[in-house]
Amino acid sequence: MRYSGFRVIAEALTGHKGWKPVWRDPAPQPEYDYIIIGGGGHGLATAYYLAKEFGQARIAVLEKGYLGGGNVGRNTTIIRSNYLLDGNEPFYEFSLKLWEGLEQDFNYNAMVSQRGIINLIHTDAQRDAFTRRGNAMRLHGADAELLSREQVRQMYPWLNFDNARFPIKGALMQRRGGTVRHDAVAWGYARGADLRGVDLIQNCEVTGMRIENGRIKGVETTRGFIGAKKVGVAVAGSSSKVMAYAGMRLPIESHVLQAFVSEGLKPLIDGVMTFGAGHFYVSQSDKGGLVFGGDIDGYNSYAQRGNLPVIEDVAEGGMALMPAIGRVRLLRTWGGIMDMSMDGSPFIDKTPVEGLYFNGGWCYGGFKATPASGWCFAHLMARDEPHKTATAYRLDRFLKGRMIDEKGQGAQPNLH
Amino acid sequence: MIIHHPILGPRDAQEFVYLGDAALMNRPDGMTAGIEEFHDWLYNRDNPAGEHQELWYHEQGDRSWLVVTRNTVTHEITKVELARDVARSKGRSK
Ligand SMILES: Cc1cc2nc3c(=O)[nH]c(=O)nc-3n(C[C@H](O)[C@H](O)[C@H](O)COP(=O)(O)OP(=O)(O)OC[C@H]3O[C@@H](n4cnc5c(N)ncnc54)[C@H](O)[C@@H]3O)c2cc1C
Repeated sequence: MRYSGFRVIAEALTGHKGWKPVWRDPAPQPEYDYIIIGGGGHGLATAYYLAKEFGQARIAVLEKGYLGGGNVGRNTTIIRSNYLLDGNEPFYEFSLKLWEGLEQDFNYNAMVSQRGIINLIHTDAQRDAFTRRGNAMRLHGADAELLSREQVRQMYPWLNFDNARFPIKGALMQRRGGTVRHDAVAWGYARGADLRGVDLIQNCEVTGMRIENGRIKGVETTRGFIGAKKVGVAVAGSSSKVMAYAGMRLPIESHVLQAFVSEGLKPLIDGVMTFGAGHFYVSQSDKGGLVFGGDIDGYNSYAQRGNLPVIEDVAEGGMALMPAIGRVRLLRTWGGIMDMSMDGSPFIDKTPVEGLYFNGGWCYGGFKATPASGWCFAHLMARDEPHKTATAYRLDRFLKGRMIDEKGQGAQPNLH
Repeated sequence: MIIHHPILGPRDAQEFVYLGDAALMNRPDGMTAGIEEFHDWLYNRDNPAGEHQELWYHEQGDRSWLVVTRNTVTHEITKVELARDVARSKGRSK
C-alpha cells in the first residue's frame, strides 16, 4: 500500500476501514541467504538497502522482542554530521544526505526536520576547537557556521549568557542538522523491507551460532535453527553477548544512557542545542515536550534504567543554561543500553568467521547514522568490500594504531 | 547505588570514579608479552550481562581502589574488596 495525501482523504471519507497491517508476520524459513540479527534501526535499514539497492533476496531480520523496541525507539532523535576526523565525517555526511531524501525513498513520513543544531561555545579554546571542526566539516562538503554571542542571543534571548563558570560566547551551527521521528524510522524501513520480500521475524532471539570449518552456517534461535549463507549482527547494546556466540571478545562496554521529556510547553526552542560543558542537550518535540539528556551513567550496565545522580546532573546542567525551566515538570525518564567502543567510534566490518559480519560500537550517537550504517553494512555484506565512506570502521584498528578518537580520551569508554 | 567500603562503610557511588573491568589489574608483563596480548588486555572486554568485577576509585573519600562485584543487569552489589587485598591474594606485592 502506497501512502499519499489522496489516500488519507479517501480513508477519512470511508471510516478508515481500508488500512491494513503495515508488514507481514511470517514464520521463519529453514534457510536464508542473509540473516540480520537485530530489528533496530540499523538492522532494518540494512535489510531494506540489501533488497533495494543491492538487489539481494532471501533476507530475514531476527528480532528478540518487537521491531523498534531497542535504542531506535529510545533515543533523543538528533541527526547531524558535525564530526572532526577523516574516518567519521564523510560517513556522517553521507548519512545526513540519505536522511534528506529518506521519506521520498521509502514513502513514509519520518518527520525529518532540519531545524538546525548549535553547540555552545564558552571559551577561546573552545572557539578554536569548534572553528577547526567547522572547517573540517566544510572540507567534506557539510555545512557549518560560527555564530557570535549576539547571533545566539537573537535566537534564544532567554538563555543564561552570563553564567559565571560557562558564559555563552558563541556557537557552532549546522543548519542541516535536526531531529527525526525515531519510531517512524524503524517503521518506514520495516515496511520498505517487507514490501521487498524481507521476512521480519519478531520474538525470535538468537541464542547461538553454528560455525563449521571457520564458516557461518546459521543461527540457533528461540524459534529453532535457521540456516544462512551470510549473517550480519546489528544488536547495539547486546553486541558483546551476541558476538560471544562466535567466540569473539569486542573492544566494547555496554553502558546505560538516560533521556528525559518534560510536560508539554508552548514553543520555546525551535532547534537543537548542546551545552557540552554542562553535560546537557535539548530540543523540543512537536507535542511541546522538552526532550533532553546528558552524559551516560558511566558504569557497565544492561539494565535499561539509570540512577538518580545522573538525573540530578542533567537537571543542574539544564538549570544553569535555561533558568526559565525551573518549574517545568518532568514527564518521563528512560534508559537505553549503549555499545560504547574504546575510541567512541563504530565498527562496520567482517569478522574472522567467514560469512559473519559485525555492525556496532555506536555509542550514544548511532541514530543519526542509521541510513548510512544500513547502506554501508549492506554494501559490505553484498560485495564483501567496505563502502568508501566506511573504510576506517575496522575491528582491528586498535591493534594497527588507527583509532578514530574524536575526543582523544583513549581506551576509556565512559569518557567518550 | 551504595558501595559498602571495607574501611569507611556505606558510601554513595557518586563519590567514586569508575574505571572498568577489574581484569585491568592483570596487566601483562611488559618485558615478555607481545603486542597481541597487550592489545587484548587494554582494548577487549568480556562485558558480561550479569556478575561483573570492576574497579572503582574513591576519589572523594580515602582514594583507595576497590574491586566491586556488581550485577550489570540489576545493579546489585554483592561484594566489595580493597583492590590491594585482591592483588595480594593473587601473589602480587601491592
Ligand atoms: C537515551 C538515548 C538517547 C540517544 N540519543 C541519540 C541522538 O540524539 N542521536 C543519535 O544519533 N543517537 C542517539 N542515541 C543512540 C542510538 O539510539 C543508537 O546508537 C542506535 O539506535 C543503535 O542502533 P539500532 O537502532 O540498530 O539499535 P537498537 O534499536 O537497540 O537495535 C538492536 C536490536 O537488537 C535486538 N537484539 C539484541 N540481542 C538480540 C538477539 N540475541 N537476538 C535477536 N535480536 C536481538 C534488540 O532487541 C534491539 O531491538 C541515543 C540512545 C539512547 C539510549
